[in-house]
Amino acid sequence: MKVLSSLFLVFFKIGLFTFGGGYAMLALIEDICVEKKKWITHEEMMDITVIAESTPGPIAINLATYVGYKLRRIPGALIATFGMILPSFCIVFLISQFLERFLEIKWVSNAFQGIKIAVAILIMDAAIKMIKKMDKKPFPIIIMIVALISMLVINFLALHISSLVILLWGAVAGLVFYAIHNRKGKETAVK
Amino acid sequence: MIYLELFVAFLEVGLFSFGGGYVSIPLIREIVLTYGWMDDEMITHMIAVSESTPGPLMVNMATYVGSTQGGILGALIATLAVVLPAFLIIILVMAIFRRFISNRYFQGMLSGMKPCIIGIIMAMGIYMMVQNCCGSMISGIDIIAVLLVIILGTVFWGSRKIKKNGISPILLIIISAGAGIFFYGFR
Repeated sequence: MKVLSSLFLVFFKIGLFTFGGGYAMLALIEDICVEKKKWITHEEMMDITVIAESTPGPIAINLATYVGYKLRRIPGALIATFGMILPSFCIVFLISQFLERFLEIKWVSNAFQGIKIAVAILIMDAAIKMIKKMDKKPFPIIIMIVALISMLVINFLALHISSLVILLWGAVAGLVFYAIHNRKGKETAVK
Repeated sequence: MIYLELFVAFLEVGLFSFGGGYVSIPLIREIVLTYGWMDDEMITHMIAVSESTPGPLMVNMATYVGSTQGGILGALIATLAVVLPAFLIIILVMAIFRRFISNRYFQGMLSGMKPCIIGIIMAMGIYMMVQNCCGSMISGIDIIAVLLVIILGTVFWGSRKIKKNGISPILLIIISAGAGIFFYGFR
């Protein structure tokens, strides 16, 4: 019981004090769960980060579920995830109920004219950061450019094609590339 | 039935957004446009609120859409749906499929998806930027918006040169709100 309440409190705190999503949370989770509480080891932390990046969904939720499950199985995972979501749920719910009405006030809507631009900058910045971390090999670079151009065409022409279609083609390309690469590797190994 | 639609829509978001919050922005945008829940203007409000409140970006956006479309119950359902796949998959991975993650074919698949995701997010950013400055392409260029792009871009990316991490996203949003009030107010 003590572990469960402690799990709840820790993830509540992480959910309340981290702005900027999953990656910003990694540092705080590492600091609390590895250094202070010693719930998981540093190697496990690296492990979860890889798993979180390879599975869908919010990275913060992946991490909370992992730590909770490790300590107290399903109840632990539920409590940690619940704690993580609770603060932002309440805050976002309240704001969303009032925002559109506030926007009728002139200076509020002017503020959002500026905020719109900040949002576009933040999205571009997220992409730029990912490009910097990306493997600079021809294969990923070509896939990225093809996806970028296709998506620009889809957006500007307002075509009804989901980005999931592009993602699926990326997955197929990745598999094919891996299969070909692997065969070549084996052939050279035989020679 | 709005609750069922919200559940299915955000289950899809939670199931296909590999790599976290920013990946889900194009997906959520497509969904809310298709269902006619929001227009591009409201989508920007949603992203801005989700960015400037604490907690996971994707979860915040789900709460926001759910709340505006279906009140408190809608918010609960959308939030639950977006979290559910991640929750179940991690438990499955830990309980049974630990090996699956390091499977080479799975990793091969991911190696194709990751650059794809980057392209999709970049396209989204460019599209929003152009829309902010030109509206619907033909209606002419909004000079103030262009000016704001230059000022805010310089402040945000320039601050990295001075301080290691630069200014935070929330601070950028606050500055941009101030700039919006100032420039659009005295137009």
